[in-house]
Amino acid sequence: MRAGLRAALAVYAKDVRIEARTRETLGATLAFAFVAAFIFTFAFDPSPRTLAAVGPGIVWVAYIFTAMLGMNRTFLLEVERGTLDGLRLAPAPPEAIYFGKFFGLLTLLIVTEALLAPAFLVLYGLSLLNVWFAAVAAAATVGVAAVGTLLSAIAAHARAREALLPLLFIPLSLPLLIGAVSGTAAALDGEGWSGAGRWLQLILAFDAALIVVSSWAFAFVLEE
Amino acid sequence: MDERPAKRAARSGYGLELRGVSKAYAAARALRSVDLAAPWGSALALFGRNGAGKSTLLRVAAALVKPDAGEVLAAGFTLPPQAANARAATGYVGHRNMLYPDLTPEENLRFYARLYGLPDGERRAAEVLRDAGAERWASRRVRALSNGMQKRVAVARALLHRPALLLLDEPDAGLDAQGKAFLASVARAVAEGGGAVVFATHDIERGLAAADRYAVLQDGRVAAQGSAAEADAAAISDALAAPGGGA
Repeated sequence: MRAGLRAALAVYAKDVRIEARTRETLGATLAFAFVAAFIFTFAFDPSPRTLAAVGPGIVWVAYIFTAMLGMNRTFLLEVERGTLDGLRLAPAPPEAIYFGKFFGLLTLLIVTEALLAPAFLVLYGLSLLNVWFAAVAAAATVGVAAVGTLLSAIAAHARAREALLPLLFIPLSLPLLIGAVSGTAAALDGEGWSGAGRWLQLILAFDAALIVVSSWAFAFVLEE
Repeated sequence: MDERPAKRAARSGYGLELRGVSKAYAAARALRSVDLAAPWGSALALFGRNGAGKSTLLRVAAALVKPDAGEVLAAGFTLPPQAANARAATGYVGHRNMLYPDLTPEENLRFYARLYGLPDGERRAAEVLRDAGAERWASRRVRALSNGMQKRVAVARALLHRPALLLLDEPDAGLDAQGKAFLASVARAVAEGGGAVVFATHDIERGLAAADRYAVLQDGRVAAQGSAAEADAAAISDALAAPGGGA
């Protein structure tokens, strides 16, 4: 258990250190996220009424597209550098590698989402400074990172990985995405526990299931 | 050089033993019922043309690839059920160096030391880097190092956890004379320390000089094997050069 925890921390610290040094993935995800958020300004007039209807959708389209870019690179870089074999050669349990990569991706996504939040305020006047929104977004991002880490490992070896990842990700995370968009709408409507709280419970339940299943299935993906 | 073999390796008679091992990638058969053994305290050189199955054999032995049939005992542990034990006792250097280019050699080795759960990871990382002659470059990013120096660091990574079984896949590629001498000394140290070394190479004379035994692979089969001291380098070389050759 302690060895697994140490190995997970080692993988996480390594990923964070490399990203802090190169900013390769963060740069790509942020650029993509800003473009995705910006494009919608041409599509409609951001009146309060329109914004209430489409705002949560815009936020999550930008977040999810960005997440897919980030998760695509989680294992792709390990494969391209040949370091995936280095991870596989170690006697560390596969779950340790999964959780190290999971927390690395989660950190990347949360940082990207936090940096993107002011853009919604500037572009649409949409303030995301809301405790319930923060809770819904954080919980949904945990689920996205959980399934994304697994799918990234699966897709990293595929030739058509850019197409494969969304094809696998969207159906698997559909309940999570519905919860995230609906929870965000409720949170921005000021509904609190009665609205956003109910969606949050659904998201958390789904998070637990995704983490358990993904970490278990990861061992099979890592082996050949 | 501290290359004492891992005491935890289960002591069967061989550091590596393959019995009837076969492996195919789709229609391409990489290994065909291979029987091969590398005793403890010895080095085994693998010769063969490109595509003969050397790399697949070493990847099977390193528990990176599952065989389709046959039995594999690596460092005395049965693969794949005891893969974690085998990995803890096996060092592997492949065609790629398995180093993170944006980390320094020191950071890479410390990372792997933590992944292997080494209690003396930092000290051990410094030690193997010094042994590999990479101490001066320990704080430079790997991407700034020459291929030869990266290879030395890759060998240092494989030795980090004091493996009882060392697997080297064409480790001399891209190395200068000093680097090759370093590799030979590493292989010798592991074998003399009671461990086992299996390495693939195209350099037959140098391979025979560094090994106790040799095996020639042809189309995924062991075409010949024997004592390195009694082997005829020219005959092996001619056989490999012959059309359809390998033995």
